[in-house]
Amino acid sequence: MPDPMKIRATTVGDETEVKVLMSHEMETGQRKDGQGKTIPAWFIQNVSAAWNSKTVLSAQWGTPVAKNPFVSFRFKGGAKGDKITVTWVDNRAEKRTDESMIA
Amino acid sequence: MNRGRRKALQSGGATLLALLAANGWLPSARAQSWNKSAFDAHSLGDTMQALGGGEPAQSKDIAFFQTPEIAENGAVVPIGISSSLPNTQAIAILIEKNPNMLAAVFDILPGTEPTITTRVKMAQTSNVYALVKADGKYYVASKEIKVTLGGCGG
Repeated sequence: MPDPMKIRATTVGDETEVKVLMSHEMETGQRKDGQGKTIPAWFIQNVSAAWNSKTVLSAQWGTPVAKNPFVSFRFKGGAKGDKITVTWVDNRAEKRTDESMIA
Repeated sequence: MNRGRRKALQSGGATLLALLAANGWLPSARAQSWNKSAFDAHSLGDTMQALGGGEPAQSKDIAFFQTPEIAENGAVVPIGISSSLPNTQAIAILIEKNPNMLAAVFDILPGTEPTITTRVKMAQTSNVYALVKADGKYYVASKEIKVTLGGCGG
């Protein structure tokens, strides 16, 4: 099971800013190991975020996204205590969903 | 306040959204899809083509922020992109000299600000392109980032 994400959501005026730090190798498939064998690519492909039940972000990622990916975005609305849910799926179909509250 | 009514409104809204998503009218319906041809493309033209961009117009309404001129470490390069184009629908990050150019595509859903920050890997000094889809048309802006230490395992 992958490590949990760190999600921080804060309201700024009439907007909510969400910052997410995920824990993932994001292996590019370009690197070689000690024996000269290529290390297969392993990376997050889909990321989505929801505010309560409304999707507020949807993204497709490739291997160039840095290891332990960070993303931040803002959306209109959101109040203290509302639920933010972030989900990622990687190319091995491994999945992780975490929740946080708007602070 | 009438709690029951609020609840009904909320769940009604959610059902409608789910229906729209199921019918493919909302970008979230495509959330689980992954544009393989775009991510596998090795040239700028191919990548933009695969994204549906063709030949995007240069735009001054796309800005980079929190993005360094010189990146000490190519493994972690912060990139911030914001678009002031009306009706921005998607923001993509492309790195010209990476083995795979396309780093990420963010669908900007209604209510979400066309402002995104993330971190990418860069193999070497390269132009970074922000491709923005706004009102059905494609626009692009670029910025050169100098890399002192590559981040793609070279």
